[in-house]
Amino acid sequence: MATIVHEFDNTFEDPQKRPPLVVGDHSFHTVTEAVCRINESPTAPALWWIIFVGGVALLANLGAMIAYLFFTGVGVWGLNNPVGWGFDITNFVFWVGIGHAGTLISAVLFLFRQKWRTGINRFAEAMTIFAVICALLFPGIHVGRVWLAFYLFPLPNQMGMWPQFRSPLLWDVFAVGTYFTVSLLFWYTGMVPDLATLRDRAKTKIAQIGYGIFALGWNGSARHWHRYERAYLILAALSTPLVLSVHSVVSFDFATSQLPGWHTTIFPPYFVAGAIFSGMAMVITLAVPARVIYNVKDIITLHHLDVMNKCILATGSMVGFAYITEFFVAWYSGNNYEWFTFKNRQMGPYWWSYWIMFTCNVIIPQIYWFKWARTNIPLMFVISLLVNVGMWFERFVIIVTSLHADFLPGAWDTYSPTWVEYLTLAGSFGLFFTFFALFLRFLPIIAIAEVKGVMPRKHAHGHGHGGDGHGHLEAAR
Amino acid sequence: MSSTTGTMTATSAHPKTHAKPVSMVLHGLLAEFDDDHKLVAACKKVRDAGYTDWDAHSPFPVHGIDRAMGISMTKLPIFIFFCGALGTATGVIMQWWMNAVDYPFLISGKPFWSLPANIPVIFELTILFSALSAVIGMFAFNGLPRHYNPLFRSERFKRATDDRFFISVLASDPRFNLNSTRSLLESAGAAAVERVDDTSESEAPPRLFIWAHAILLCLALIPIAMIYRARNAPIDYPRLHVIFDMDNQEKYAGKQAANPAFVDGRAMRLPVAGTVARGMLRQDPALTDGRVGDRWLTVFPANVTIDDALLKRGQNRYEIFCAPCHGFDGSGNGRVTDVARERGLGWVEPKNLHDEDVRLRPVGHLYNTVKNGIRTMPPYGDQISGESDRWAVVAYIKALQRSQRAAPGDVPTEKKDELNNRK
Ligand code: HEC
Repeated sequence: MATIVHEFDNTFEDPQKRPPLVVGDHSFHTVTEAVCRINESPTAPALWWIIFVGGVALLANLGAMIAYLFFTGVGVWGLNNPVGWGFDITNFVFWVGIGHAGTLISAVLFLFRQKWRTGINRFAEAMTIFAVICALLFPGIHVGRVWLAFYLFPLPNQMGMWPQFRSPLLWDVFAVGTYFTVSLLFWYTGMVPDLATLRDRAKTKIAQIGYGIFALGWNGSARHWHRYERAYLILAALSTPLVLSVHSVVSFDFATSQLPGWHTTIFPPYFVAGAIFSGMAMVITLAVPARVIYNVKDIITLHHLDVMNKCILATGSMVGFAYITEFFVAWYSGNNYEWFTFKNRQMGPYWWSYWIMFTCNVIIPQIYWFKWARTNIPLMFVISLLVNVGMWFERFVIIVTSLHADFLPGAWDTYSPTWVEYLTLAGSFGLFFTFFALFLRFLPIIAIAEVKGVMPRKHAHGHGHGGDGHGHLEAAR
Repeated sequence: MSSTTGTMTATSAHPKTHAKPVSMVLHGLLAEFDDDHKLVAACKKVRDAGYTDWDAHSPFPVHGIDRAMGISMTKLPIFIFFCGALGTATGVIMQWWMNAVDYPFLISGKPFWSLPANIPVIFELTILFSALSAVIGMFAFNGLPRHYNPLFRSERFKRATDDRFFISVLASDPRFNLNSTRSLLESAGAAAVERVDDTSESEAPPRLFIWAHAILLCLALIPIAMIYRARNAPIDYPRLHVIFDMDNQEKYAGKQAANPAFVDGRAMRLPVAGTVARGMLRQDPALTDGRVGDRWLTVFPANVTIDDALLKRGQNRYEIFCAPCHGFDGSGNGRVTDVARERGLGWVEPKNLHDEDVRLRPVGHLYNTVKNGIRTMPPYGDQISGESDRWAVVAYIKALQRSQRAAPGDVPTEKKDELNNRK
């Protein structure tokens, strides 16, 4: 087996040479082997067990918190009259945001022919799906009477009523629902050939049947690949505007209201940049341990991490620019309420949340201007965690500081979350990590077929396009 | 088909799974290649030899193979386009029908149907329909899912999803000939050529499998039947609810049990000694109940003075509480009644207040109707609280009734001119 032990530096910036996307001495078979052995080995690494058991424990806690909420009512949360949205919607926006990197990596980078995506796209897509599941949970449970949550959907009911399509909250239902469905399709479609690989290698009957069912009888036919590549390209083209629309629509929940601090046109682009920012950070948070546990450093190379850190730097700076623009516009508008809200964010009762957000999102990622920082693995792991903390606080700042003090001082109040809300937030991580651990164990975590398409070839090609390996999964002619 | 493709009987390659011999037929030939360039070159040869019923198999899409095999551009994008257009149409029609036609929503005086607010949903549905059709269409055009494929009988073929490249030529191809096709594939650079057989008849699934499904299906019906019964069978206790105390509140009324919260075990507190609850004094039954003994009042009680102010008040209350059903003129054409008629809902029509029997009712009876309701009409005593408001409504009904059957003599002298000048 040709896995490398030490880090191989393929992060050089010479524009005349393309960095190899797979390092080490790999053949097609060793790539298959490197990925499939993760699923095939009878035992899982110790770290996997820690993630899985921890995840399940937190998930059980989530179940308990939700049951408590359902049977007692939303009063178990700390929401009050001006602050009707607290941790619930903060968590919703946070998780939806995380979910954006997956589709960005799989769709947008695909269209831009950024071949480095192949090492991490499966991973990032899985992350997207689980993050969107976590996100969908929160609007579902925050409605108070959960058994009436079906009012969210245009279903015929005994009152002869229909939902109100002018409401951005309803747009949200359609946007996030579509996003989840399309991400799932994208993920699954990409996985079918790899499931077939696992099926063909399976030693036990259960594995054979299990993978066999989901591989749908894929046999690598060239005629099938032809339509497959078309469909994949079109899915990427569809997901690209979709990914931009989803967080824009989420931002409409705020931007279309009249509340100072929410009512701004900068929200859609600023939310999208923030979403990509947090999603990329989450990919790093997950990829760094995964490449160590499973020793796939030669497929998720240093180059991949380097490029993602550049994305973090770019989107983090965009977000910082948006914070400053917002502040400037609040002052420039001459609107007292607007100006008050922004001063209140920085110096009011929640000043600490604003400054945590600003430090983690804007100041800390600036270190990525330096290449040593972008390629320092422990450092990037820590920064990715800080960015996620910062992005969680961004949503908290937007929601709580705007709500708690709006027009009438007589109606102001502060919000402090209860222990139930803290545990529910922790529980949502349990949901995420449980799914993620199961994914690591049972599904191909790297897009095997795609990686084979971008591998550096040992022997020279007849047509003269060896070397960096032309993407085989690129647009069909 | 050539003469070499006859049926033959052989013991199966998998003696474990089939105890008795199964008759096998030739399915085709499978050629293995060890790299993708050899595969592309061989594909060109097979294509040029005029084969039609054949395919190449590779672990990843091979560059340039479409042209080498002569695969023409798929129609999938056209299919996706039409499905996407269907999504757009669904978005437009659904929102228009739901919010502008079937249940018009008036939001801040905006038009019932105006495109901008509806664009996000239209956009999302377009994407949703296109993406679903892309994936479903791709698999359907590929003839997948197809979990059984005779090629899977070949051990060698397992590497088609790992690191080997294959060409399969099927016996159903008109040019197929066991010998010449084999030599064509070999000359095209195949590392190995193998014959693939298929069973001549499809194998029935194991008995156990069928029984397990039948039993599962029956078991699955039980919960459905139980839900049906729970919803429809007559019962004398409250129906099950997901969260019980939200729909049926916990309270002592009708519980026939002592309330542990109070020493005397009563659930309801007695009023403080010497006090009377609001509206409970009833010193003057003529005023509060509209009757004396069991006789309805025929004239307004003494302390109700009928003047302009009272009638105006009566009109105001009537138009809020009574007009939705009885209509502004009392003839029973209120908005709610109209909607109920349009939709053909089963609905007891409100009485026309100008009917003979209503006109002849004593005022005390009308008062009682307002306060306590009558037959299917609900009581309005709680909404129209205070005796004087209720009498005001009665006075206004009387005025309405008179207005509908007025004689010229009823018009006051100062308004006569107005009437005469009207054409
Ligand atoms: C929800 C619809 C509804 C509203 C609101 C309503 N009514 Fe009625 N009303 C009815 C119906 C239905 C009847 C006929 C009941 C029957 O025949 O069973 C009726 C009957 C009557 C009658 C005739 C009773 C008789 O003597 O036979 C009077 C008088 C009357 N309503 C007065 C009023 C007044 C005054 C109000 C306002 C305080 C009012 N109604 C509000 C539905 C309504």
